[in-house]
Amino acid sequence: MANLANLYDVSKCTACRGCQVACKDWNQLPAVIEPFKGNYQTHEDTNGDTFTIINFFEYEDPVDGVRWNFIKRQCMHCLDPECMKVCPRQAYTKTSWGATLHDPDKCIGCQYCAAACPFDIPKYRKREDVITKCTMCADRVEEGLTPACARTCPSGALTFGDRDELLQKAEARAKFLRANGFPRATIYGRVELGGLNNLYVLTDTPDMFGLPVNPKVSGNITFWQDWIQPYFGWLIPLMLTASATSFVTSRILASKHGEHGEHGEGGHE
Amino acid sequence: MSPAFGRGVMTNHIVDLKNTDCALIMGSNAAENHPITMKWLFKAKEARGAKLIHVDPRFTRTSARADLYAPLRSGTDIAFLGGMVKYIIDNELYHKDYVVNFTNAAYLIKDEFEFKDGLFSGYDAEARKYDVKSWDYKTDDAGMALTDPTLQDPRCVFQLMKKHYERYDIDTVCKITGTPKDKYLAVLDTFCATGAPNKVGTIMYAMGITQHTVGSQNVKSFSNVQLLLGNMGRPGGGINALRGENNVQGATDMALLFHIIPGYIDSPMNSVAHKDLISFIRAVTPGAGKLPFTNLEEFRELVKAGFPNSGWKIHSSKWVVSLLKAWWGKAASKENDFGYHYLPKRDEKKNYSHIAMFEAMYKGEIDGLFINGSNPVVGGPNANKELEAMTKLKWMVSIDLWLNESADFWTHQAWERAVDNPNVAKISPENIGTEVFFLPAAAVYEKEGTAAQTGRWVQYRWKGAEPVGESKSDLWIYNELVKKVKKVYEGSKRPEDEPIVNMTWDVENEHGHDDPIKVANELCGYSTVDGKPVEGFAKLMDDGSTACGCWVYCGATTLKDGKFIYKPQLRDNKDNSKTGMGLYSNWGWAWPVNRRIVYNRCSVQPDGVTAWPGDEDRMLVRWDPLALADPKKPESLGSWVGDDVPDFIKTVGPSNPAFTKPFIMRPEGHGCLFAAKTSMKEGPFPEHYEPWESPTLNTLNSQVLNPATKVWEPEKQSKSEQYPIIGTTYRVVEHWQTGALTRNLPWLAELMPNMFVELSEELAREKGIKNGQNVIISNTRGDVEAVACVTKRFKPFQINGKTVHEIGLLWQYGFKGFATGDTANWLTPHVGDANTMIPEYKAWLCDIRRA
Ligand code: SF4
Ligand code: SF4
Ligand code: SF4
Repeated sequence: MANLANLYDVSKCTACRGCQVACKDWNQLPAVIEPFKGNYQTHEDTNGDTFTIINFFEYEDPVDGVRWNFIKRQCMHCLDPECMKVCPRQAYTKTSWGATLHDPDKCIGCQYCAAACPFDIPKYRKREDVITKCTMCADRVEEGLTPACARTCPSGALTFGDRDELLQKAEARAKFLRANGFPRATIYGRVELGGLNNLYVLTDTPDMFGLPVNPKVSGNITFWQDWIQPYFGWLIPLMLTASATSFVTSRILASKHGEHGEHGEGGHE
Repeated sequence: MSPAFGRGVMTNHIVDLKNTDCALIMGSNAAENHPITMKWLFKAKEARGAKLIHVDPRFTRTSARADLYAPLRSGTDIAFLGGMVKYIIDNELYHKDYVVNFTNAAYLIKDEFEFKDGLFSGYDAEARKYDVKSWDYKTDDAGMALTDPTLQDPRCVFQLMKKHYERYDIDTVCKITGTPKDKYLAVLDTFCATGAPNKVGTIMYAMGITQHTVGSQNVKSFSNVQLLLGNMGRPGGGINALRGENNVQGATDMALLFHIIPGYIDSPMNSVAHKDLISFIRAVTPGAGKLPFTNLEEFRELVKAGFPNSGWKIHSSKWVVSLLKAWWGKAASKENDFGYHYLPKRDEKKNYSHIAMFEAMYKGEIDGLFINGSNPVVGGPNANKELEAMTKLKWMVSIDLWLNESADFWTHQAWERAVDNPNVAKISPENIGTEVFFLPAAAVYEKEGTAAQTGRWVQYRWKGAEPVGESKSDLWIYNELVKKVKKVYEGSKRPEDEPIVNMTWDVENEHGHDDPIKVANELCGYSTVDGKPVEGFAKLMDDGSTACGCWVYCGATTLKDGKFIYKPQLRDNKDNSKTGMGLYSNWGWAWPVNRRIVYNRCSVQPDGVTAWPGDEDRMLVRWDPLALADPKKPESLGSWVGDDVPDFIKTVGPSNPAFTKPFIMRPEGHGCLFAAKTSMKEGPFPEHYEPWESPTLNTLNSQVLNPATKVWEPEKQSKSEQYPIIGTTYRVVEHWQTGALTRNLPWLAELMPNMFVELSEELAREKGIKNGQNVIISNTRGDVEAVACVTKRFKPFQINGKTVHEIGLLWQYGFKGFATGDTANWLTPHVGDANTMIPEYKAWLCDIRRA
């Protein structure tokens, strides 16, 4: 089966966040009401009960004046997903059509995937001690429906379909935008990390939307993957509280958060 | 818009936005409040390279998607648009053929008419009113207006207009509006380019335009711009009044306003001019004033022969009599003036709008109040006062989904304030004697019926779920209520009870259930002879043989093979236009007579057959000399035809002088740049006046406030020395109106959890306010606590050489639900538009400090 993908065109997103609500509705996720902090964004980041979020970036361009960029974030359904590689319990699988699925029944809450994901997507849900994330609405797609977020988007920013076709569409769109006031318009997800199943049309360079320009798998992860996991992976469940493991884990998590701090700043409203 | 074109409606429709070459969004935050419009605008951008302009005090989610954003200070739209009119005329960017043939630009105006220092002729300062005698056309002996098609006569509308706006040069305008000059020029350049015959531009507006003391004249300014540019009545053009609620159009069609009865007919008053049916018909039929008739028979003959300056409203008598027949059935007969005296008459000298009603309530003049799907404690202007006014009621009925703030106005919470203020009442529940009834209402998906959306499409909605608990549909509630009321009056012989005793009430179907289709049948009209639907309002009669609850809805019902069809239920999603204009004429039904774009006669050249040069694909209708107006009559050769229903009398051909009069609802038949006679309370041309509370003087004339508007509470004016900051209010996409619905839904509460105020970084620095901190906003009417949202998207204005700050508050919060916060309307004033009394929510003064 061909790869199916979600194409998100920032130039058509009005940040209405219908997608956020539709996602919560379909996946029956409770509201996480946090006080307003001087920013339209609902939460700092996705969380155990929030699979997708619109991020807001406000900045002043010396030429264009004030700009307000929005971007929808959720699992990218990477063609070659890091989360899957590091999971000691094989909780992650890839569907034939491209979704990266996570099975909470297998999950032990170790959060290695959270550390490994270049997009900071898997989130820990404390009350059940499991990781959660966007499912690409696999339960809908397998019944012939489009994902809830794409289904609800009123402005036409989200389109679901065949990845190759969407890529062509995205290229054409970026070209149009470059000729119409957005010289730096580009697409994202075609080649990044070997390709993503969530494609983006951006009106500016990826960093202006908080996306890693050259997403890379961290050195620690490679080390983990190549050396530790093959030999010690089976020990993890037994040793979860053991100091050696938690030392490695917290090192990985710490290094990830450091990185996030850097590209998380700058222009965040 | 009615004074310019004859109808006060969104002229085009939402899908049509895809046909535009340029959209000017002003006084609207479309992305937040009408998100679906963005979809069609994006299509216009993609397919036609259309440009999107957003003019707003603050950079919003709409601005983020616009090609061009220009800030302007709240309440200065007339200056902005007056400058645009001048720019169009000076640079000859107007669509000449259109202006000469389709507008009243060539009409000559009486010599007595003049304008001096902000006042038009005829002003009575004491009454704050105009005598409008001089605001009229010069006429010949037959009463027809004199014209100069060369537009050179100094007394012609075009020349008078040119002169009027001479003062609105770019520098003057920018000093008033605070718009940076380069941005203003860019807007002028981009939008006025649509004056080219092959280009069409649209204007989208909403409450940011109407909720001002000069709201109606703001809209009139749009009308002038669009008429000059030749953008009316054409696909991708028009003035699109985006309605604040999904069924506001329906509500106004049904006359949920005090000054009209259904179908936009003036409501009768207790004056001599309205003393009986024939006087009333004389008063509401344009051109009938001085005609010799004393009864309906004589009048009918005159109508048949036609009389000047009447337009389509010449048929008003048919609409009025059919309405009376619908309401009083058999009891409405020729002998009793069809029950005209049953109609309540309003006091000629009284105003019954929202502000006036609450002022009267405050004075204890009102005993009881029904609140349906409304929440004045949050949404009303000067809400502290309105809250206090409600304590003077003997009883109140709230019909809503939730116990909203108005239903619970008597609780402790309703009176809690962050700051103790001697000017703000604090009443405790034991001192409130109002008896409150709460009737739980069904939500929109739990009931059936139609909603008339902003583009006049009436669409039927079927029930999706059963109502929760004891909640009931509005029709059920009112059906039960009326049945009980009628029971109380049953058998009464008192003449004053006749209106209730004789009122028809036929909303139940054969199973004894209240049924929206029964309501539809009355609304859309039926023959009183055989009960069959009336096929269109041209077939309504004033002899009692037809009944119709709202003439503009006539034609929405029909019989097909003996089956009753209600057209709002039609669901054919094929575009019936040949050039892909997106008319979707068989999806739902649009009033009038399923016309999707009104004034569409303008989409073709004055000759009626040629498309505007280079614009062949956007021609909606045309004159076909070989078509039959009536297929059954071979002699009826020549007819208007097209993809849309022609907004024109089908048989009016080139030999008829009315052939180039496309605005059939206007007595003149032409689009009015000059609003003659009683059209507008404050003058035939829009003139800039400052808001009631303004940080600056008016530099264009020595009037400060709109000279025709009423000031209710002069003592409550916030002065700029003490309150130097402009306050405005608005909504966000995440909450619906007063939030009574959405703040009770956790997923929506999550998106916008608290009341906040947006302010510039500059003002925040000046006041020592940090992003996310709590602040207090105050003025003479109250104090509001909110979270500060310090943003680059608000910028201080340079007004007449001074730095002026503006802040914006969400008005959607109250003390109930999951998302709570103070009510911004505690700060908004009791002052409104001179014509409509729509409250000034958008420009007032205040100050802000750290909490
Ligand atoms: S629903 Fe569509 S327009 Fe709205 S925030 Fe999501 S992606 Fe953007
Ligand atoms: S975005 Fe992260 S969680 Fe999603 S597939 Fe890629 S690596 Fe896994
Ligand atoms: S694809 Fe489904 S799970 Fe993923 S963000 Fe969209 S709605 Fe949520």
